[in-house]
Amino acid sequence: MIAIINYNAGNITSVARALQNIGQDFVITDDITKLETASHVIFPGVGAAGEAMAYLREKKLDAWLKKYIKTGQPLLGICLGTQIILDYSEENKTECIGLIAGSTKRFPDKLTSAGQVLKIPHMGWNSVKLQRNHPVFKNVSPDAEFYFVHSYYPAPSDDAAFLGTTDYGMIFCSVLAKDNLVAMQFHPEKSGRPGLQILKNFCAWRGNVK
Amino acid sequence: MLSKRIIPCLDVRDGKLTKGIKFKGNVDIGDPVEAAREYYEQGADEIVFYDITASSDRRDIMIDVVRRVAETIFIPFSVGGGIRNLEDMRRVILAGAEKVSVNSAAVDDPKIISQGAKAFGSQCIVLGMDVKKVEVSGKTPSGYEIVIHGGRIFTGIDALWWAKEAENLGAGEICLNSIDADGMQTGYELNLTKMVSENVHIPVIASGGAGKPEHLAQVLTDGKADAALIASMVHYRTYTITEIKQYLNEKQIKTRMLW
Repeated sequence: MIAIINYNAGNITSVARALQNIGQDFVITDDITKLETASHVIFPGVGAAGEAMAYLREKKLDAWLKKYIKTGQPLLGICLGTQIILDYSEENKTECIGLIAGSTKRFPDKLTSAGQVLKIPHMGWNSVKLQRNHPVFKNVSPDAEFYFVHSYYPAPSDDAAFLGTTDYGMIFCSVLAKDNLVAMQFHPEKSGRPGLQILKNFCAWRGNVK
Repeated sequence: MLSKRIIPCLDVRDGKLTKGIKFKGNVDIGDPVEAAREYYEQGADEIVFYDITASSDRRDIMIDVVRRVAETIFIPFSVGGGIRNLEDMRRVILAGAEKVSVNSAAVDDPKIISQGAKAFGSQCIVLGMDVKKVEVSGKTPSGYEIVIHGGRIFTGIDALWWAKEAENLGAGEICLNSIDADGMQTGYELNLTKMVSENVHIPVIASGGAGKPEHLAQVLTDGKADAALIASMVHYRTYTITEIKQYLNEKQIKTRMLW
């Protein structure tokens, strides 16, 4: 069973609708006993790091995720769910879960491209350059674009965690991956067919489970 | 790099498109969900819905439309029209819209922008601005004034001031509609679009005046717009969204070409 972690971080129904569309059963829950029965966990989120972490701590979900990641089962982070698996976020100066070493940083104010000052948030469709193959990106064209909306970006300290990078006046890590974890800054559930393909691949992936 | 977005706009009244939209074989589609599906298939990057339902007791029909659209297309979409308070926003967002847009409600009470941004995040809140060209004056130094109620009422508010104010209040995006250009199909108001886009730090969607692909190319380059709203030129099937994107791509304007 796929479990979507339900926490106080905006609208998660779009992830649920995308899973329905690809014919995947799932539960939406913040109940650890239900999460314990999951084969795959999706950690989505839209909102601010401070409030999200406060809620996760209250529900002891941060500690549970640290335990879950050691089982080798697949974990998918999306948007805020990607940013707060790092150690720290500059947003609300928040200590985060720390599944991956590094921090989440704010885009500099004066990013430019071809002489134009770039808007913050980075909002819209952009491409991802994969640094290596990964099962979750199987059958996804390198020319595909994905829907981003964010003002902060994940910056893992270990280069080996960079699975995909995106150019927005600077190159940042838009997909990070380590063992049974894959986490993306964009929204696969809002990225048309290539996004749905990523969700389908994730649901078929076994992470480190033999 | 980030692609420029092409966004069709659908007007909905009592759960139906206000004008049938013509597709292949001249089939007329009156269902907003089916129209959204068609545009999704053609490569729309986002869709804007305006609910022009007059009576507030029929708004539940729109919520049902939003829910069905969210089950059908997997790109972002926004809903505007009739959103007066946080509760209206909450219902539309929970039904599956990414963004809500506020227009005259924000002119009446600008706090709706900051309250919405605090409750749902800035990325959810779009300020819709209807603008008319006026004499440059002390009251309207930019030479553009905010109008409401379809352009019938002048507010005395300077358009550029209002765009900056909305950004300060927490709007995440501006949908900038020129009432002068709207429906003319002779091109976007480039001067207005450029002025607003260069003076705010949030994305600007240009609206009003699109009649051919060249107009989109102009507003996305000279007009400095981040996205272009289109209506008649695709509703009457003069062009498909795919054709427009191919044209822009040939002109070296980056749009998403694979979907």
